[in-house]
Amino acid sequence: MSWSSLIPATSFMPIQATEIAKEVDLLYAFLIISSLVSFVILIGGMTWFLIKFKRTSLDQKSAYITHNNFAEFLWSFIPLVIMMGIFYWGMVIFEKLRTPPEDIAAEIHVTGEQWAWTYRYANGKEFYSSANEPMIVPAGKATKLILTSKDVIHSFYVPAFRTKQDAVPGKLTQLWFEPKQPGEYIVFCTEYCGTKHSGMMIKIKAIPSEEYAAWYHAEKKGADTPADLGKVLFAQKGCAGCHSIDGTRVVGPTMKGLFESERKFTDGSKTKADENYLRESILVSTAKIVETYSPVMPPFQGQLSDVEVANLIEYIKSIK
Amino acid sequence: MSSAHTKTEHGHTDHNYLNHGSGIWSWMTTLDHKRIGLMYFATVATLFLIGGFFALGIRLHLAKFGAEPLLDPDTYNKFMTFHGAIMVFMVIIPGIPAFLGNFVLPIQLGAKDVAFPRLNLASYYIFIAGAAIAASSMIFNQVDTGWTFYTPYSTAKTGNGVILLVLGAFTMGFSSILTGLNFIVTTHKLRAPGMTMDRIPLMIWALYSTSIIQILATPILAITLLLIGAEKTLGVGIFDPDLGGDPVLFQHFFWFYSHPAVYIMILPAMGVISELITAFSKKTIFGYRAIAYSSVAIAAVSFLVWGHHMFVSGQSTLAGIIFSIITMFVGVPTAIKLFNWISTMYRGTVTFEAPMLFALGFMFLFTIGGLTGVFLASTGMDVHFHDTYFVVAHFHYVMVGGTLMALMGGIYYWFPKMFGRMTSDLGGRISWVLIFTGFNVTFFPQFVLGAMGMPRRYFDYLPEYTNLNQISTVGSWLIGLGFLVGLITIIHGIFKGEKASDNPWGAKTLEWQTSSPPPHENFINTPTVTAGPYDFR
Ligand code: HEM
Ligand SMILES: [Cu+2]
Repeated sequence: MSWSSLIPATSFMPIQATEIAKEVDLLYAFLIISSLVSFVILIGGMTWFLIKFKRTSLDQKSAYITHNNFAEFLWSFIPLVIMMGIFYWGMVIFEKLRTPPEDIAAEIHVTGEQWAWTYRYANGKEFYSSANEPMIVPAGKATKLILTSKDVIHSFYVPAFRTKQDAVPGKLTQLWFEPKQPGEYIVFCTEYCGTKHSGMMIKIKAIPSEEYAAWYHAEKKGADTPADLGKVLFAQKGCAGCHSIDGTRVVGPTMKGLFESERKFTDGSKTKADENYLRESILVSTAKIVETYSPVMPPFQGQLSDVEVANLIEYIKSIK
Repeated sequence: MSSAHTKTEHGHTDHNYLNHGSGIWSWMTTLDHKRIGLMYFATVATLFLIGGFFALGIRLHLAKFGAEPLLDPDTYNKFMTFHGAIMVFMVIIPGIPAFLGNFVLPIQLGAKDVAFPRLNLASYYIFIAGAAIAASSMIFNQVDTGWTFYTPYSTAKTGNGVILLVLGAFTMGFSSILTGLNFIVTTHKLRAPGMTMDRIPLMIWALYSTSIIQILATPILAITLLLIGAEKTLGVGIFDPDLGGDPVLFQHFFWFYSHPAVYIMILPAMGVISELITAFSKKTIFGYRAIAYSSVAIAAVSFLVWGHHMFVSGQSTLAGIIFSIITMFVGVPTAIKLFNWISTMYRGTVTFEAPMLFALGFMFLFTIGGLTGVFLASTGMDVHFHDTYFVVAHFHYVMVGGTLMALMGGIYYWFPKMFGRMTSDLGGRISWVLIFTGFNVTFFPQFVLGAMGMPRRYFDYLPEYTNLNQISTVGSWLIGLGFLVGLITIIHGIFKGEKASDNPWGAKTLEWQTSSPPPHENFINTPTVTAGPYDFR
């Protein structure tokens, strides 16, 4: 065992590969320092009392003190204020971690399964992590992942980016990051998923963004993009019978400009049409009914595979 | 408590609960809360040894000392599951309430027994039945879900052993509910004359708050576990997305019980600590009301924070933020307790017998556990730490460093009352040094591992995590050795310990006003209470 290798570990954190990682580490440093101070006050104070008030003879008497309202108020109030500060600071970082920026340079559909990840790019490039293929992303630009799982819950954790998100079967979740520098970063699965849970690793390889563009446009792996495939499905499955793509109103709402628009429902609630909403509207079409329409669309649960749903979503997203 | 011991006691003229009826049958059918408490002691101690065996196995495997891994992945995952399930459901949850609580609560109240002695015995047998059902799952293949049983892994992807484990936990839940009910009624109905609610010992306030959680939260676990069984056998489709269910719903149900449950684990420990610190500082507790009410406050707020286990589960950002702020509110009553205990030592006359050392160990470790809880409650920080070794270190610091230290301290403290003999103080001190040192060596490096990114429930890990894992394993042997010394000290005390006086520590609560060991119905004459529980004037 070599003790010297412990020294680089004193920062305790993996490399800071994103701006957010720096912010997280700043909060972490604050938490460590404030905890140390609290610890010294509490345990140091205790130790001091123990030494000072150690019993020395049998007939010694203790003081009779029952309480002190002022002191008790102070030591409830001060921790409360500090903890509210820590809450707020954490919240600010959390919102950044959870809100992808407007300009996304790469959007990748990521599907977990026991015990590998598949990643599909918008132009149809598709990779399977067991083949030891890293996930290629542009450096210095934002990448957004749309996560789901084929079987059990997995979780996509990139220590160097200080970010993590569960991939849940039957649901789409998302994650974004912007690696500052080109490099390779490890991804762990952190939701227990069976025998080879600890072996479910991939690498994210960030490359300069020009190189990324060249790589992205170089020979495609699949012939058609997900959006192309989605367009075919849209016709095959009869969607076009009820939904226009040019803005005209038919039986159902038009697909034009649907993605990211605000939807109002018959029960008065509202939501932004993100991937999860589109997915739900396709699979469980009666869950939310857009104002002025009626619940006539058949549910497609069980009739479309996850990949087909993802393709349809990509197609809908492309109808601007 | 073997029959050999009760026989030697027969030679004496004094009559006590240990020699009130002899032979194994008199124990198995006893309605005496003190004997039932001791039966829980024997049972929980045995289960603790089994859970500890799995723990050492896990650590030995992770040290990677040999060229070949010690366990294969499936065996490792089973070890990890059994370790967690046994320690949580069969050791930490029942440990203090069912064992120490059962023994102490009626005597501290000046009562003859709990309100429903038959129900108390029934709770014990229900617990045994639950433990037996859960243990039988070990013979079946593939119980490898971890103690959290997350769906759809547990329902769709692993073997049927899970059903037994879940059924066992379900059964033990009933035991927990019935014990809680018994304690609440006892506290309300059987207090000695003069024992008003603001004169009950803090141990009882803690047990009382715990009982409220047990009664309200355990049924939710029971229903959740039944649903897992139903999903697995009948395919009802509540949690499995293939059947139209929602896997995250399970997590909501599970943590709606299991978060309050972590307070079932720690509140009784806080009660023990309040007793120990006053007794060994010979001073009135500082802020009796604040400690008593903060127990109730913790019990209440603990129902509102379950979502802090799910910051990255896909629940909405807003939900995460709300759960984060409420979680911070739980930190406050916890901080109040720490400050009050420390102020109790101020201008006291402190001595350092083994029980006090465990109480001080509790303070040290629990402070670290509580402070790191604040890290995790902060959303932006938790995204990095969630499901890593940082969380593992955090909950071991609070649950093992906190609850188990309090349990050990409580055993040494009430031992003279239980058996009428003293344990060797030296033995207690040696075991304390080993456990305390070993504990820090084992779990502190895990904070660093978590920060470095090592996820929990990993059979294998990157080379850069090796050194810290090996240090951690070495620590685990020290802990094991410490408990071995503790076990020897206790067994030696039972058979060979010096005779104890009625009140060897000079404490003020009622259990010390009767003989050691107490008579069958606790007091010869019902005591009348005229002052608070810690009146060291
Ligand atoms: C009072 C004693 C405490 C006990 C017994 C306790 C116990 C636990 C346990 C068992 C877990 C892990 C559950 C699992 O996933 O297996 C946990 C996680 C957690 N604890 Fe505590 N804890 C305590 C104090 C605190 C405090 C004071 C805070 C915050 C102010 C806190 C915040 C958290 C959070 C946010 C998590 C979830 C971390 C994650 O999974 O990412 N805990 N605690
Ligand atoms: Cu996984």
